[in-house]
Amino acid sequence: MIEVLAPLPVLLPLLGAAGALLVSGHPTFQRTLSTAVLAAVLTVSVALLFIADAEGAGSVSVGGWPVPLGIVLVVDRLSALMLVVASTVALGVLVFAVGQGSADGDEGTPVSIFHPTFLVLVAGVSNAFLAGDLFNLYVGFEILLMASYVLLTLGGTAARIRGGITYVVVSLTSSLVFLAGIALVYAATGTVNMAQLAVRLGELPEGTQVLLQSMLLIAFGIKAAVFPLSAWLPDSYPTAPAPVTAVFAGLLTKVGVYAIIRTQTLLFPDGALDDLLMWAALATMLIGILGAVAQSDLRRMLSFTLVSHIGYMVFGIALGTAAGLAGAVFYVAHHIAIQTTLFLVAGLVERQGGTTSVHRLGGLARRSPLLAVLFFVPAMNLAGIPPLSGFIGKLGLLQAGVAEGSVLAFALVGGGVVTSLLTLLAVARVWTRAFWRPPSQSPADDTAAAAAMDAGPSRPGSDGGESPDGRPRTALQDAWRRHTAVATASQPDLPPAAGAVRALRPLPRTMVGATAALVALTVALTGLAGPLYGLTDRAATDLLDRTPYLTSVFGTEDIP
Amino acid sequence: MTPTIVLPLMIGGLYAAGVYLLLDRSLTRVLLGFLLLGNATNLLLLSGGGPAGLAPILGYSDAEEINDPLPQALILTAIVITFGVAAFVLAMIHRSWRLVREEVVGTDEEDRRVAARRAPDADELDPDDLAPDDRIAGHADSLAGDAEELADDVDLPAGSAGR
Repeated sequence: MIEVLAPLPVLLPLLGAAGALLVSGHPTFQRTLSTAVLAAVLTVSVALLFIADAEGAGSVSVGGWPVPLGIVLVVDRLSALMLVVASTVALGVLVFAVGQGSADGDEGTPVSIFHPTFLVLVAGVSNAFLAGDLFNLYVGFEILLMASYVLLTLGGTAARIRGGITYVVVSLTSSLVFLAGIALVYAATGTVNMAQLAVRLGELPEGTQVLLQSMLLIAFGIKAAVFPLSAWLPDSYPTAPAPVTAVFAGLLTKVGVYAIIRTQTLLFPDGALDDLLMWAALATMLIGILGAVAQSDLRRMLSFTLVSHIGYMVFGIALGTAAGLAGAVFYVAHHIAIQTTLFLVAGLVERQGGTTSVHRLGGLARRSPLLAVLFFVPAMNLAGIPPLSGFIGKLGLLQAGVAEGSVLAFALVGGGVVTSLLTLLAVARVWTRAFWRPPSQSPADDTAAAAAMDAGPSRPGSDGGESPDGRPRTALQDAWRRHTAVATASQPDLPPAAGAVRALRPLPRTMVGATAALVALTVALTGLAGPLYGLTDRAATDLLDRTPYLTSVFGTEDIP
Repeated sequence: MTPTIVLPLMIGGLYAAGVYLLLDRSLTRVLLGFLLLGNATNLLLLSGGGPAGLAPILGYSDAEEINDPLPQALILTAIVITFGVAAFVLAMIHRSWRLVREEVVGTDEEDRRVAARRAPDADELDPDDLAPDDRIAGHADSLAGDAEELADDVDLPAGSAGR
């Protein structure tokens, strides 16, 4: 069964992307097609997870080539779980994007590009999770990166090009480091098949092993935004449209974390660089969260918490114990869902409040209680308030750290607690400023009158440069237009009211519905934490054992 | 099977030149640096395949004497990927040039703002009180002047035209 299902998470989105490109003239059909494709991917992933959990890992030789020669796709508990979480989140974000697109009536904006590119991105992510071959992992990374370049610079405005350049150059560098690492691995072992590498790398001299391991870790560390290599992320993510930032924040860094897990458990199980990773994890957590506390923009703050919480996962990986790995895998699943949700909520906040700067927002809780709930629940979850899944994940990691018992592990436990508290501080500040304080205290009020005056004609899709009723523009209106020109130019999908706290449209139901579904999912992760933690425990045992992976690829116990 | 010094020297030279160019602020140089680094990595893959041999075609030469075909397949894939990405970067450079008439990497305004801040608490600051240079990147009024002078030159996204 795995032989049939395993290629589908890669094939379906790629074929769907081609189809979506062909029907780009029919937006409704295109939306239906891409949503259906992602729903199918989700179904296949869930089936794969159940099979992999019941029967153990399985593999497919693509094209029928025998194993060490051809490319293999491997489905084990870890990759199947990652697939399920990734496709769920991707589906939620796509529905959100569809809601945003149809709400704005943007027939002219490049939404016809968005759907195919998004599907290609999903295909790349699935390929990276399924790859049983180091070079195929590289190809998966390149597919998802190529799609992400396009998505990040969608619309090609100045701010996005600026953020995009940082992102593209950094990603290119990491890809080149990865490719050079593959070249060296091949030169040393004569293979790029990961199962074969697992055996052959262990026979190399220790120095060579450490060199190869650090090459791969640097490449994946850039993609996962581990501390010394994380500076690019808060710079490039916040400029993109809300759904794009959401899916990037949720998925792309986690693909890097997944690759680190594979490197550390399958390829280099000796843990030669574990101490170094511990330090990197500590620095990622603390420096990331200090950056988040300093920010006054909601999206930038969330980008910094994203960096910071990568530290928790690296911590679990660096511990190298079953408990640590189980905690790390659980935290990855939790964090994909929670970070995506928060960025979607930030998109809703921007739509409702007209900005994401906490200086200008105010009184959102009164104006939109539903939005307040949608922000509050995942924000508390991110900070790790019991009984939510963030608390369970952090507790698991901290317990694993205490059980490991070294001084460094205890330092990380302390760092984890501090990070958790500072996360609470960061999100609580956003909560009190943007949601809780009365709107009258908001400094945006003086501009609100101007906004109300101009709100009607300046909505996207309804204006043609002049006020529709033919009135000559007043000087105030002109000033306001200038004031909002850049904000709207860089955010074509958002209302133009940079300071307008009133006279805004209600939030579209599809967008709220998609966000609410993801919030419900994060809450469900809390309810299902028992079975999920059981699954990640089994996945971690598999990872440390390595035999299930190797036998699934070669079919026998003896490795050629 | 004699080891050759030519390939390592070329790889090293290309890496050095590539990294030097990559560190430049001009995007065209960054792109050239990326191309050099890509070629260096491809040569590294090639040299990873062992000493040169005959063409790896079945029936054309002995299995003992042929070159390892796998690195060549990997290099082909890598070349295609490099080509695609280079084309995209070129398009971005062009777009950046049309938008802001420069093709250099700018400073991160938000970082500068956070670093230069005198008030201890970000929440106490209102962007309207700051000098235009110190405002958040992409903040509503920080680029208002630019937008006007570029208005006739740039095809703004649909829906915002004429605003």
